[in-house]
Amino acid sequence: MASTTINPTRMELTRLKGRLKTATRGHKLLKDKRDELMRQFLILLRKNKELRQKVELGLEQANAAFTVASAVMSPEMLESSLLYPKQSVELDVKTGNIMSVAVPQYTFKTQNTDPSEIYPYGFAQTSGELDDALSSLSGVFSDMLELAQVEKSVQLMAQEIERTRRRVNALEHVMIPDYQEKIRYISMKLEENERGATSRLMKVKDMMLAEERAKYEARRAEQETARRGTTA
Amino acid sequence: MSKIAVLGDRDSVLGFRALGLTAFPAADAAEAKAQLVHLAKSDYAIIYITEQLASELPDEISRYKDQLTPAVILIPGKAGTLGLGDDALQSAMERAVGANIL
Repeated sequence: MASTTINPTRMELTRLKGRLKTATRGHKLLKDKRDELMRQFLILLRKNKELRQKVELGLEQANAAFTVASAVMSPEMLESSLLYPKQSVELDVKTGNIMSVAVPQYTFKTQNTDPSEIYPYGFAQTSGELDDALSSLSGVFSDMLELAQVEKSVQLMAQEIERTRRRVNALEHVMIPDYQEKIRYISMKLEENERGATSRLMKVKDMMLAEERAKYEARRAEQETARRGTTA
Repeated sequence: MSKIAVLGDRDSVLGFRALGLTAFPAADAAEAKAQLVHLAKSDYAIIYITEQLASELPDEISRYKDQLTPAVILIPGKAGTLGLGDDALQSAMERAVGANIL
């Protein structure tokens, strides 16, 4: 990609060499960053997969129990039993940091710490399946929260990795070859100029020598004729 | 302090109310979309949404992917899992690595 707009000067060459050095260094650093990000990402990804399976299984059980409960109880009854929850959850979001990617960290506080306090209804008029549904829901809840944290981190890290990967590739396949090409172009041009100057000097020297020789020959010839004239 | 929302059809989300989460029953995709946008603007840090609803609004969900809050997380609804949660994982991986490596 030797563009015709670059100046083949020594100053430009020094500047480009500096930029190539920076680009190479940046490339190496970014590559290291990408590798470490990828390692962390894979750990998170596996954890995410595990948690998701756990959560999906738990929710499936809860939903099954809930479906049975809604079959046994009338919809109004079901609605009114869950209308006013006893439990409330407050979520505290902090920002964590994985390889300078901001990731959320959740901690939650429940109002009631007693696990049996989650049933917001009297047991007389509700079916036992509803209890089952709620207990399996509350069992899976902490996993759900962790899943949210891990999954969000995975998404955010995927974005960062994509960006880093693009930068690494751009440096590796575009910027660095471009600089190298330009540097080669300039140094070749400079060498060419130098050779041009040398050969011009040689040519000038030749010409001057030839001139001197011609003068010398002429003088010799003159002296020769003068000598012949005196002897004759 | 942030809150947690659950978005989905009535039967899937009702149980979460007892846990202290805020349940938002949504009958159809249009309603869910409006609610999702509204929830994302208010102080809900996590929004769980059922896969059934999520399958109808992929654009809305991917819009929040690159933001720190809210975390939009798919959960299976009462009809069971559609595998969308796993798909989201795969797509995150493909985005990061460029290939499916697991």
